[in-house]
Amino acid sequence: MMTGKVAIMEGSRAVAEAIRACQPDVISAYPISPQTHIVEYLASYVASGKLQSKYIRADSEFSAASILAGASAAGARTYTASSSQGLLLMTEVIFNIASTRLPVVLTTVNRAVSAPITIQPDHQDSMTLRDPGIIQIHVESIQEAYDTHIQAFRIAEDKEIMLPIMVCMDGWILSHSFEVVTMLPDDEISAFVGNFKPEQRLDIKKPLTYGAYADEDRLMEYRYTLMVAQQKAKGKIEEIATEFRQTFGRCSGGLIDSYRCEDADILFMAMGSLVSTIRVVVDEMRNEGHKVGLVKVRSYRPFPTEAIRLSCQNAKAIAVIDKSISINIGGILATEVKSAYYHQPKRPRIISFLAGLGGKEVNRLSLRQMHAQSLQICKQDVWIDEPIFVGLNKDIL
Amino acid sequence: MKLLMGGVCGPGGSKQLETGKWRSSTPVVDQGCCTRCGVCYQFCPDSCISITEQGAQINLFYCKGCMICVHECPKKALRMEDQA
Repeated sequence: MMTGKVAIMEGSRAVAEAIRACQPDVISAYPISPQTHIVEYLASYVASGKLQSKYIRADSEFSAASILAGASAAGARTYTASSSQGLLLMTEVIFNIASTRLPVVLTTVNRAVSAPITIQPDHQDSMTLRDPGIIQIHVESIQEAYDTHIQAFRIAEDKEIMLPIMVCMDGWILSHSFEVVTMLPDDEISAFVGNFKPEQRLDIKKPLTYGAYADEDRLMEYRYTLMVAQQKAKGKIEEIATEFRQTFGRCSGGLIDSYRCEDADILFMAMGSLVSTIRVVVDEMRNEGHKVGLVKVRSYRPFPTEAIRLSCQNAKAIAVIDKSISINIGGILATEVKSAYYHQPKRPRIISFLAGLGGKEVNRLSLRQMHAQSLQICKQDVWIDEPIFVGLNKDIL
Repeated sequence: MKLLMGGVCGPGGSKQLETGKWRSSTPVVDQGCCTRCGVCYQFCPDSCISITEQGAQINLFYCKGCMICVHECPKKALRMEDQA
């Protein structure tokens, strides 16, 4: 049985409602499109007394992240949101937050990165934060954004994990559109999320040094512990998704989601809102007799290597669609999927598609074309290293 | 010493940090020349020089070998020697 109140709600509002119910002690943010609505809602909740958080307006995203680093070290539950350049300005602090093991919860409302300046959505901002150790989860729908933020505090603040977490949702497509959302009662969310009880924190009575110097004798050791924590987070993400399902009666969460993969020859793999378009295409093409399926990568960090291998082992090809680019290499997700298969005796063809960069439309037709190209590549029995740019307008080049 | 989570350490951690390991050459005091004027003591950025009855004493556990004391000594009572 699914519990909760059903409402038609803007994506940003749904996230703000989830955060309100999780009651962070400190929120600090700097406004940037398309993240603004989330922090505006939260500021209004604080102003009207609906939320008891300390809301600190910062002079930049760097400051916002730094404020939260201090607050989290002092034992506060913390939250922020950003996009694009704003997220990149936080980058240095996010390395510190992750290595200092501060469970800050951050919403990335995905937007492309300058130049040229744009407010269109792609995944360049969050994918650029691949390496610090922050957990990165991509959601497909507004409902999933709502549910994932509730789970995010549990994952981040777990004493075996203690890592910051970034919940990524496509700018505009999810943040500014309206969908039906099943909201959960505040008290049930509170009971599920619990309180943040860090095992160590800044305390005048029991002094600790945060941000201490380390030489060659221990920096690698700290990086190693980050690797261990991220690996543990895989189990924790699944475990909390199961508990969420048992508590609230709906499936939401986990590392990946596979859809109609059983006997599929060609699998689409993507992250974020594009996944829902792919679901429609998979249904249409299945009705036409094509053996096609979908693997949605929810958790990009930790990277679900084992789960991907399991769900794709019988496919002839995986069409990996990246909405971001590592210049000179191409698709970032595709590169990591290739790496996940390198030591496997049986490997599907991994075809890298770059689509939706700078908000370029990816629709059912372009997905069908990617499918046709993938079939063709399998038929010709070739292995293609270079990424395929979907919808590249060569006329203006 | 076992690492605490997140690069955190207990109070007084910098006291245990042997910055003397960074040194590539070592300051040596010619006590016959030293007038105990305290200029080196004032200039030492690591505060690792103390002035005793015998003259300037350098705590080599912390001395990074920056040579500021050698440069500042008005009596040229300090010199650098290569590390063994």
